[in-house]
Amino acid sequence: MTTKAHAEAHTLEANAGHGHDDHGGASHGSLKSYLIGFGLSVILTAVPFWLVMTGTIADKAVTALIVLVLAAVQIVVHMIYFLHMNTRSENGWTMMAMIFTVIMVVIALTGSLWVMHHLNVNMMPMHDMSQMP
Amino acid sequence: MSVAITTQSSIQDSEPVFHVIDEHAHPEGASTMLGFWIYLMSDCLIFAMLFATYGVLGGNYAAGPSPKDLFDLKLVALNTTMLLLSSITYGFAMLTMEKSRIGQTQLWLAITGLFGLAFLGIELTEFAHMIHEGATPQRSAFLSSFFTLVGTHGLHVTFGLVWLVTLMVQTARFGLTEANRRRLMCLSMFWHFLDVVWIGVFTFVYLLGMLR
Repeated sequence: MTTKAHAEAHTLEANAGHGHDDHGGASHGSLKSYLIGFGLSVILTAVPFWLVMTGTIADKAVTALIVLVLAAVQIVVHMIYFLHMNTRSENGWTMMAMIFTVIMVVIALTGSLWVMHHLNVNMMPMHDMSQMP
Repeated sequence: MSVAITTQSSIQDSEPVFHVIDEHAHPEGASTMLGFWIYLMSDCLIFAMLFATYGVLGGNYAAGPSPKDLFDLKLVALNTTMLLLSSITYGFAMLTMEKSRIGQTQLWLAITGLFGLAFLGIELTEFAHMIHEGATPQRSAFLSSFFTLVGTHGLHVTFGLVWLVTLMVQTARFGLTEANRRRLMCLSMFWHFLDVVWIGVFTFVYLLGMLR
């Protein structure tokens, strides 16, 4: 069905009194999309484990950064290929709910870590305890 | 849809009505998926708080064991594999459900359950080993927040398994009815969501813990 025809069908359906249409629900994905998602997930899981277990990159900060970036990418991959997130399902309300949640999570996480880190730094005794006899 | 600005006969001479007078059709379960998604998002906030707590307290060992003394990355990698495999097998169950192949759907659900059970088994073995070594939740703030975060995820998986078995029994008794399909789709979202949370756990807790 072409997009235009589909839109027309939608309008007809809406006119017929089906305000809550069935097309707005979650999509299901295909075998191909599941396999692509799985393949990407395996790579995105194996690489950080390999990096940490072998210690290939000497600088720990760089390793940590790469691990975090790969995790973020993997979360997006799971969202798209396994949870079938898109901007169309439920007329965009699932996406809206997710964007709201992500904002809340970012505020909570960065806020907690930031404030508590500074509190920690300021509460530290002036001398280094590990140097004490 | 009759978007009525028409006035009802009883209030004909008073103010016009600017809303839909007729109750339009609400097919059963039409809003279930959105509602369940919003539940998942609120669950996501619970995990965000637990992650934040772990992030703040994760370095407070109280002269006790640190992640390097406790974590076995090989075991965690195996655990992660189990959960990832259970995700793809649940996907296969969904695909066979769409084709109404009830036998194959049940088979894939059973395989998913076994992978989930393997995940839980490995996690409980790890916990038992840690507690045996004296690394109990009471030992330090790091361990309290660790057990709360990872334990809450494990509890979710446990309830997911209970739900999975329940739906397998339901499907066996009543077939892939409209209601059962909807329930299986909700569990699908729940199960994949737990896998997403686990990405955060193995990255934030285990991998970064080993790098500390």
